[in-house]
Amino acid sequence: MTTSTRVSARRLTKRFGDFTAVDGIDFEVRAGEVFGFLGPNGAGKSSTMRMVGATSDRSGGELSVLGLDPSHHGTQIRSRLGVVPQEDNLDLELSVSDNLYVYGRYFGLPRRQLRGRIAELLEFAQLSERAADKVDNLSGGMKRRLTIARGLINEPELVLLDEPTTGLDPQARHLLWDRLYSLKQDGVTLVLTTHYMDEAEQLCDRLVVMDKGRIIAAGSPRELVDRYVTKEVVELRFPAGQARRAAPRTDGLARRVEVIADRLLLYTDDGDATAEHVASSTLQPVSTLVRRASLEDVFLSLTGRQLDD
Amino acid sequence: MLPTPFRPLSYFWVSFRRTWMSTLSASFFTPLLYLASLGVGLGSLVGHGQRLASLGGEDYLSFVAPALFAGTAMQVAIGQATYEVWGACNPWSGAYRSMQASPISTGQIMAGHMAWIAARALLACALYLAVSAAFGAVKSPEAVAGLAVGPLTGLAFAAPLAAYSVRARHDQPFSLVFRLLMLPLFLFSGTFFPVSQLPVGLRYLAYALPLWHAVELSRSLYAGTFEPLAGSGHVVYLAAVAGAGLLVARRSYEARLSR
Repeated sequence: MTTSTRVSARRLTKRFGDFTAVDGIDFEVRAGEVFGFLGPNGAGKSSTMRMVGATSDRSGGELSVLGLDPSHHGTQIRSRLGVVPQEDNLDLELSVSDNLYVYGRYFGLPRRQLRGRIAELLEFAQLSERAADKVDNLSGGMKRRLTIARGLINEPELVLLDEPTTGLDPQARHLLWDRLYSLKQDGVTLVLTTHYMDEAEQLCDRLVVMDKGRIIAAGSPRELVDRYVTKEVVELRFPAGQARRAAPRTDGLARRVEVIADRLLLYTDDGDATAEHVASSTLQPVSTLVRRASLEDVFLSLTGRQLDD
Repeated sequence: MLPTPFRPLSYFWVSFRRTWMSTLSASFFTPLLYLASLGVGLGSLVGHGQRLASLGGEDYLSFVAPALFAGTAMQVAIGQATYEVWGACNPWSGAYRSMQASPISTGQIMAGHMAWIAARALLACALYLAVSAAFGAVKSPEAVAGLAVGPLTGLAFAAPLAAYSVRARHDQPFSLVFRLLMLPLFLFSGTFFPVSQLPVGLRYLAYALPLWHAVELSRSLYAGTFEPLAGSGHVVYLAAVAGAGLLVARRSYEARLSR
């Protein structure tokens, strides 16, 4: 481990009874980067985050967070971390600013210092006008921004975000991405989990793809696409139930073909050329779409399943 | 910097600031009503307000007032250690989960909440003491020492119950706790009549349960008849129940929160 390493895990394992949620994973998070865990629900992302956040003990392997072992230095680690859990754990009965105040007191911040910090964070979360409102009255996106702002109260070196934009509408998501990006600009190291491939592509410098408790691929979003799939994808849509029957007739049209519900995905380096071949074939899809390959395709090619299955 | 073990109290204090008016007025008017109806109203029938040997040489008001003091501590503690503890680990509050993400440890979360409940019991008992003194039910300045009985009694009930509540999936069982645990204890622990009136089996059951000890202790302090041997026996008993409860609660909190 070097001085620029913020988190390092070797054969990290978490078991609940007979069930192995995290199955011996290795990863390293470097200072100043945005590191992502991409995978479907139940892949072991949240369990990993809770171990890194020093709120859940590991069942095996080695883990170092900010150079400390969470089993022995939980308190010290948590005092330097920002945690944004999957479910907002705000107090709905308290006001926006009281939520920040109380949380700041948990970190031992003096009242006077907190007053200024709360004003800054409200500004950051674009909630200054709502400071006195009960949290219950905020929209989903506002609650999420408040949860993130609260996680920053102790000016953490490392921020853990578990599914930061799940359940938000597109506008609220973009606003959040923008806030997270500005944190990165300030030099804060971010670790996030997501099952949205566009989120991973937008935010992450490096990521690992998780499935069933294991890491099945690692790299930057671009590297992963280059390594596991072709540059482009031609999506063919068919009437209900006909995609599978049409699949054999794509022989020779693409490097690889995947069937998803009513669609065929043709992986190819030249999408337009493939689309032309399709047009002159006997396939006759309802619609044809040429697009760049994404992390969704990486996951599909690695597991044969879609991310949000 | 505020030492870590005290930090959870910020949460309870800020939440309390929102509801203190209704809490304090309930803690003031409930004893007022009880003492007026039972102490004065019923007391005028029981021995016509005279001192009775069967009541340990007290009139009925002076007999029942210290028992309600102990009962107040119990009621506050049970209410807090059921719905409040359960709520604190649920989504609409998130209180425990957010404390957990901070430097506060799981044991400190438990200890902090128990300390808060003890403080609430103390507050309710202090108000009760003032009201009962106004009724003339306090015969000895020793009753002020009874203020320590409030938090002690509160913890003896709160700690074991919190151990249960923190792991409870639903809140329905809590109404059973109120009906099948709190109400019988409140009625039969030598509160409204001496336990000597109970059949022998039930009498020993009353001796075995915490409220009777708290009632006896409060009664001796209200009347100024505190005897060191019997008194410390009651204190040791309540402290043992509270201590054992805290140990179990500690394990329960770990099991629920540190998975």
